[in-house]
Amino acid sequence: MSTKQFLLAGAAVIGLALGGAQARAAEEVEVIHWWTSGGEAAALQVLRGNLEKEGVAWKDAAIAGGGGDQARTVLQARMAAGDPPTAMQMLGLVIQDWAEQGALGDLTPLAEKDGWDNVIPPALQAIDKYDGRYVAAPFNMHSTNWVWVNKALFDKVGGPEPTTWENFQALAQKFKDAGVTPVAHGGQAWQEATIFDGAVISAGGPEFYKKAFIELDEEALASDTMAQAFDQMRAIRGMVDPNFPGRDWNLATAMVINGQAGMQIMGDWAKGEWLNAGKTPGTDFLCFRYPGTQGAVTFNSDAFGMMEVSAEEQDAQFKLAAAIMDPAFQESFNLKKGSIPARNDVPDTNFDACGKKAIADAKEATANNALMGSLAHGHAAPEAVKGAVYDVVTEFFNSDMSSTDAAKKLSEAVANAK
Amino acid sequence: MAVAVTSAAPSRQIDWLGEHLPKIVLAPTFVITLFFVYGFILWTTFLSFTKSRFMPVLTWDGLRAYERLWANSNWWTALENLFIFSVLYIGLATAIGLLLAILLDQKIRGEGVLRTIYLYPMALSFIVTGTAWKWLLNPGIGIEKIVRDWGFESFTLDWIVQPDTAIYCIVIAAIWQSSGFVMAMFLAGLRGVDGEIIKAAQIDGASTFKIYWRIIIPLMRPVFLSSFVILSHLAIKSYDLIVALTDGGPGTSTWLPAIFMYKMTFTRNEVALGAASAVMMLMTVAAIMVPYLYSELRQAGKSGHG
Repeated sequence: MSTKQFLLAGAAVIGLALGGAQARAAEEVEVIHWWTSGGEAAALQVLRGNLEKEGVAWKDAAIAGGGGDQARTVLQARMAAGDPPTAMQMLGLVIQDWAEQGALGDLTPLAEKDGWDNVIPPALQAIDKYDGRYVAAPFNMHSTNWVWVNKALFDKVGGPEPTTWENFQALAQKFKDAGVTPVAHGGQAWQEATIFDGAVISAGGPEFYKKAFIELDEEALASDTMAQAFDQMRAIRGMVDPNFPGRDWNLATAMVINGQAGMQIMGDWAKGEWLNAGKTPGTDFLCFRYPGTQGAVTFNSDAFGMMEVSAEEQDAQFKLAAAIMDPAFQESFNLKKGSIPARNDVPDTNFDACGKKAIADAKEATANNALMGSLAHGHAAPEAVKGAVYDVVTEFFNSDMSSTDAAKKLSEAVANAK
Repeated sequence: MAVAVTSAAPSRQIDWLGEHLPKIVLAPTFVITLFFVYGFILWTTFLSFTKSRFMPVLTWDGLRAYERLWANSNWWTALENLFIFSVLYIGLATAIGLLLAILLDQKIRGEGVLRTIYLYPMALSFIVTGTAWKWLLNPGIGIEKIVRDWGFESFTLDWIVQPDTAIYCIVIAAIWQSSGFVMAMFLAGLRGVDGEIIKAAQIDGASTFKIYWRIIIPLMRPVFLSSFVILSHLAIKSYDLIVALTDGGPGTSTWLPAIFMYKMTFTRNEVALGAASAVMMLMTVAAIMVPYLYSELRQAGKSGHG
């Protein structure tokens, strides 16, 4: 056999092998996402493994960049070019935007077979359904109205868990007297808006929150109740250190972990920072609800929007969606990510103290009709409105604007963005 | 040799090629520029008159996007900031660049090293400049902390966390980045000044200051134009520096039009509004540049004929 013949034969063998591999992996899902770091990437590997066990190949199209802006630009370009992926990571009402463009497929047959309607809370269904049909598969629910507290400092200054705004102010004063910054805060618009979610419920209750942020009622937005929510923001402004502008949220969490600050108002992704620092919920740190929001939960949820694909690709897509909604996967994924399952039939046995509390709170809130999408994280109102609220809240927080002016401005800004 | 023996016909072809080659070579660039720059300017302008929100749509909406733009208080903040930023940035970067160039032009030792040092910031991207200055200006870890640690307890440099002064931090960082480049342009200009003129002035007994003020600086007019053109477009399109340094904060106090445009178009599903702001930016550039270029070019034309 000459060298040339040998090479040709080799190439043929490789070609056959490749062909065979392709035939076996006929089913493939291509997923655009931005879970590229740490726990999130590890959690996604579990999903990939589960799918590969079922013979579905995973084509990864990760596009780094926390907020997913770049990923979205890529999707916009690929949609324009008529080359959609199987699924794309999506947050909140963006799902509705894509569905409105006709970009998303229909998971209803699968959802009916697996009984999604019975296990996904109605408030979350509203995000993942468009026009009565499921267009996205949710991974989890994060909750935003949390206060994370350094337990050693809390024990030192004493006092019960603050369940009212007045108690919270008293606790902050005690931290101040003890020479500790009461609230660690990062001065970025989304972090201020995250606090504002809690403040609005605390000032006016869940019904008011819905009226203002989901129905976008102009009267509610400009009301005295809204001004009271701004009053809370102004008081919190007095509880933070002077060096807060521009600080990242995880640095603020670190301040509480290190004992430089007493508490942080942040969603439950902050728990991941505590766990990474080797701290245990209940013994090293405590999780309180934002004062005055007990029984109510504002959530944001990670989901994969399922693109409109051809009939032969749909089988793999359904397998992907089913794998995401699998109770065992939901448990392992959310244990890694610090959130709670998107379905309410996953036992809380393996979750830590704060996770158990989050699951119980979500059930209670669902029953009370007080489980609501977070405005700050794009689960209550369209992006344009969310942005308008960000602007007013952050401007208020960083200036000496009066609360009534802020409420008036909020209502105008929302009207202009609608 | 080959040329010498060729007959008349091919030489005519070569002449034709010689005459048209520049046009042929330039044509692709011309077409690409026409499409990707001017085509997209028209496309953006068109989008600003539509109802585009999430994706471009072609439904006509008249001037609604412009009405919403001018009713948006952040747009006003952005314009105010652009005014402060560009006046200070262009003015100070030009002044500092000119001063550095004049000082370097005194035939000093180690000029090459100094020139490189001053020019080096231009080699950095604005993201690096922004991040470095963000740390320097941060009261908790930067200059303020160092000086306080030295024992000056009352020293305060907290501009970056104050909404009223944060814009000046951006001016400082931008000047630091660009004045070396302006210096290099002026240095080239200064080297081009005819030594005879200066000698003549010196013989006439003019002081060094007067020579610079009356003769050399006025001769730098073309350099002023180039640096103005370069700096003003840098100012109007400045985006990355602000994102790295303050990300528009504290609050919305350091928004500039480019930030506004990006946020609206790419993060808030407001394509028409973003397009309207882009058109306003273009108009601003045009309003400054067109009369300036026109007058400069006309004068150049006049002096050329004279």
